[in-house]
Amino acid sequence: MIETKDLTKIYQMGETEVRALDGASFRIEKGEMIAIMGPSGSGKSTLMSIIGCLDAPTSGSYTIDGVSVENMDETKLAEVRGRKIGFVFQQFNLLARTSALENVMLPLTYAGIAGKEREARARKSLERVGLGARTHHAPNELSGGQQQRVAIARALVNEPAILLADEPTGALDSKTGVEIMDLFQTLHRETGQTVILVTHDAYVARHTNRIIKLADGKIVSDEVNANPIKAGAPRVEV
Amino acid sequence: MLFSENVKIALRALQANKMRSVLTMLGIVIGVATVVALLSIGQGATASITSSIESGGSNLLTVAPGKMQTGMSSMGQSRQVSHLYYSDYQALERILTQNIAYIVPVYQSSYMVKFGDESFTANISGVVAEHKDVRSFNIAAGRFISDGDNKAGSPVAVLGDQMAQDLFGELYPVGKTISINGVKFQVVGVLEAKGSSLGSPDDLVFIPLETGYNKLFGETANYNGKKTVSNILVSVSDSTKNDAVSSEVEFVLRRMHNITGAEEVDFYVLSQSDTLKTLSTVTQTLTIFLGAIAGISLLVGGIGIMNIMLVSVTERTKEIGLRKAVGATRNQILTQFLIETVTLSVLGGVIGILMGVGIATLFKMTGMISSVITASSILLAFTFALAIGVFFGLYPAFRAANLHPMEALRYE
Repeated sequence: MIETKDLTKIYQMGETEVRALDGASFRIEKGEMIAIMGPSGSGKSTLMSIIGCLDAPTSGSYTIDGVSVENMDETKLAEVRGRKIGFVFQQFNLLARTSALENVMLPLTYAGIAGKEREARARKSLERVGLGARTHHAPNELSGGQQQRVAIARALVNEPAILLADEPTGALDSKTGVEIMDLFQTLHRETGQTVILVTHDAYVARHTNRIIKLADGKIVSDEVNANPIKAGAPRVEV
Repeated sequence: MLFSENVKIALRALQANKMRSVLTMLGIVIGVATVVALLSIGQGATASITSSIESGGSNLLTVAPGKMQTGMSSMGQSRQVSHLYYSDYQALERILTQNIAYIVPVYQSSYMVKFGDESFTANISGVVAEHKDVRSFNIAAGRFISDGDNKAGSPVAVLGDQMAQDLFGELYPVGKTISINGVKFQVVGVLEAKGSSLGSPDDLVFIPLETGYNKLFGETANYNGKKTVSNILVSVSDSTKNDAVSSEVEFVLRRMHNITGAEEVDFYVLSQSDTLKTLSTVTQTLTIFLGAIAGISLLVGGIGIMNIMLVSVTERTKEIGLRKAVGATRNQILTQFLIETVTLSVLGGVIGILMGVGIATLFKMTGMISSVITASSILLAFTFALAIGVFFGLYPAFRAANLHPMEALRYE
């Protein structure tokens, strides 16, 4: 489903070379819920942007859904992003002064879907995240948790292969964060949606079935999490 | 993605910053309004000059003494005084028959005109009865100079509208007696005003030519014992034959003045269309000049748009990153921003055209300056506004389209 081999990303910072990602290889199957974890500077953001086709690796190969993307041009990459990847960001990144419904319709607009179908799909997507009643509210009329739900609805509307969430609970209070994690788990459990969480928070990571740890651009561990935390269960520190 | 979606996105973005959009648009509005207004005024000037010349009759040839001055060559030479004679007129009258409506002689000179306490210097025209038809004069009161006046050498005068007002004010001029250079003349008619057109009769005094020769002009109207005239006006019955008649006139006068083919003539034949051509060149240059000045203001407006769009692109970097993340291609972003700029400039253009037309109409209504609004000047202004939108929109749009999606998303 997703397969990377020796992914390397080198940034040129003036005279010095920075290896943000240094030979990362892994495979993620369809229907997995997985966390990519690491402290800041570990290369997890770089890895996320490559997985999300927002950036190209300096070397190495990356295949998504059987399509090799490392040599694609910008327009093709934009299409892959639009069809196969749903992004959820820490800061929600909703368009201001734009209703929830229209925010959710945005990816469909760029995919060339218009009219009744676009609206129906956006409504369905909002219902999936539990916001069926607030379709006409602008972001500033919604709570943080509701805004993140709109963002998740937007990410789901194109039925992407991967839901790629970058610190999705980072800007939320813990109670709302739990609700969002519950939503991810529900989507994963009930519809078999592949979910990749990128986080620095071990507690958030433990909600998933598999944890890949990064440090200094290298994968330091890739382990199955046999007993994921169920969102909403009492928090137990280990 | 549909074009209408792009327009919607652009309109929403412009609405989000209403004040800024309006101010940016103002540059284009003012530019386009100036272009339309100035072109209208320029064309109005052309039209009013053209009509004032044509009201004098486009089929009128004026024969005048002297050499056509062509540039510097005539400057150093001592110019010989040349004359047209009454006999020239008689010869033309006798010989030219084809395509001729009228041929009339005019002798013009300035004298002191007096009525009561009012006295000032005015141009006195000695004319014949047909002069009225040649110049298409209308009579406001009384009558024009008649054949009988000329035969009898009667001391009668016809006044231009302005002249009548200056001399008589509220009084009714017809029947009153005025003095020209001390000679008494009875006013028999007043002409209708023709306005400040070329060769307007408004401040002239007309007297019978014969009376003038006998009582007023004296020796100044004599040269070598022959009566002279200031001009001979030839009214051509068919204006397409102007050139033919003009060369016939030249042929006759060459013979009368004993000028052989190789020599330069000592008179010239000026047709209204010649004057028209010269003047319309001048007014066209003026119109282009005015339009160019207005174009500069439009250019400045365009730079204003580009400036604001660059600010807008920087401000919305994160939004652009998001749009790219959800699948917007480079071209879609490019189109979105280009449409924003073009919408600004086209909207500004339309408002500017309405304002320009308003200004031009206002000028026309107040009678200050004549203006003619033409479709071509509106089209020109609109096209220019559109072109400026595209031209100055391209750079900001490319900036937006070329943003790296990841970097744009991280932008704070």
